[in-house]
Amino acid sequence: MSNTITLKYTVSSDDFTRAGEASSTVKSKLKQMNLPPEIIRKVAIAMYEGEINMFIHANGGEITVEISPTEIVIVLEDKGPGIENITQAMTAGFSTAPDNIRSLGFGAGMGLPNMKKYSDEMSLSSNVGVGTTVTMKVFIK
Amino acid sequence: MTDFEHSVRLDSDLCKGCINCIKRCPTQAIRVRNGKAVIISEFCIDCGECIRVCPHHAKLATYDPLDVLDNYEYKVALPAPSLYAQFNNLDDINIVLSALKLMGFDDVYEVSGAAEMVSEMSRRYVADNKDKRPFIGSACPTIVRLVSIRFPNLIEHLLPFNAPVDVAAALARKKAIKDTGLPSDKIGIIFISPCPAKVTACKKPIGIDKSDVDAVIAIKEVYPVLLPLMKQVVNKPEELSTSGRIGVGWGNSGGESGGMLTDSYLAADGIENAIRVLEDLEDEKFDRLEFIELNACSGGCVGGVLNVENPYVAQAKLKHLCKYLPVACNHLDTDYIDGAFLKKPIEYNPVFNLADNFEESIAIMSRIDELCEKFPGLDCGSCGAPTCKALAEDIVRGEASENDCIEILRKYLKDKSKELEKK
Repeated sequence: MSNTITLKYTVSSDDFTRAGEASSTVKSKLKQMNLPPEIIRKVAIAMYEGEINMFIHANGGEITVEISPTEIVIVLEDKGPGIENITQAMTAGFSTAPDNIRSLGFGAGMGLPNMKKYSDEMSLSSNVGVGTTVTMKVFIK
Repeated sequence: MTDFEHSVRLDSDLCKGCINCIKRCPTQAIRVRNGKAVIISEFCIDCGECIRVCPHHAKLATYDPLDVLDNYEYKVALPAPSLYAQFNNLDDINIVLSALKLMGFDDVYEVSGAAEMVSEMSRRYVADNKDKRPFIGSACPTIVRLVSIRFPNLIEHLLPFNAPVDVAAALARKKAIKDTGLPSDKIGIIFISPCPAKVTACKKPIGIDKSDVDAVIAIKEVYPVLLPLMKQVVNKPEELSTSGRIGVGWGNSGGESGGMLTDSYLAADGIENAIRVLEDLEDEKFDRLEFIELNACSGGCVGGVLNVENPYVAQAKLKHLCKYLPVACNHLDTDYIDGAFLKKPIEYNPVFNLADNFEESIAIMSRIDELCEKFPGLDCGSCGAPTCKALAEDIVRGEASENDCIEILRKYLKDKSKELEKK
């Protein structure tokens, strides 16, 4: 039996009510796995933020979650517009979300900052016009 | 009842082994094994959904029989506010309360009266503990049990108070002892309940060692006895009621919130809706509310399975009754009632864990994922588990086998018969 689980999810770009499905599936799996509640909380919140970001800014994308005895690694890959100024994007309150998304209560400019806040390690690489990859790690031990 | 676990139970003679209950159970606590439903005790939250949905009436609620009154020298009735919502054209709560006395109770103590005190304490507590907002009401025992097994991160948001029925029971006992001079064990504090969850909450409470409620009887049992007695007293009921709109309103979804005197609240009813709110709250999708009221039953306590009336008709009746009542009639002379606080913290009870540690859980989870790939994903329930994933979990727990899946069994038989044909 393996000691790592790899889970793959596709985030669709056309149905907002489905955004968040992947993170809620992962959350319910983690809840059966004898982890401290605080770790589950971090993964669920960080991943949900990432998933919503993908939907809003990048027409969806792919999420890979790797669960191993020492850490949970979440990789979010999209083929969206890319981020021009990463420092700016990481600033709390900065948002490029369109009005229709803001009217839904999103677009507060806390997406990336919250992903950083709720993960133990986060890295981001982005090419304008090509896409963005965010890797978040939550350590277990 | 020392080995009491849950008030929801099965009459296996009536059970036909259909899949209605397994599909409806919100915590996937039921399986069909050997043609009969089996409740997995540690998953059950006493919501009563299976009782509601069983077409064969094989799911029953356990509660005390009416003759439990005979066990006590002095009997006090604790009517739930939802009791008042069961009757047509009722304008005066005193008619119900007087009829309860004719029925054999020596006194009545309205749960709605204690509810007003809980409302007052809750308002104070929420104002004093702004950092822990939003608060989740702890009056619905099914919600408290659900949070304790499935939402560990939300336990700290539960209001640390006993449900109004427990507060009422303690106050009623004190009053009865004072009024009669009898020892406590001669006094029967008897709750008239809308739901089986309250039965469990009294027999096997969370957060307190022992409930002051001695027995629980069902509204639907009391109802036919009360009707003729109410006719007897309708013209000259005794003035017994001491509760106002806030207390009586607790019977409806939104009533507890009404008592918070704030508009920064959310009230959700129906177990699936409550679960969605808890999931979103856990993911911090909203956090600006002061108060969250969750009722496992649609409509609130009036929707409990031990009621007689349709929940929404009952809601309308309760609203009508409240219309001319004063806002509240019960007030505290201290900040808090000591006995109203839970005696011990609510603990996380991780019943859904697949293994004793995380590493082992990873191996088991990957085995479950492998099995799920094999299954057809129909969630048909024919195997006795509510979903293919639940069957996979049962298999890794050693409680089911792959051939319980009829698709897999069919394929197996087809392959076998091909093999035989070749021979």
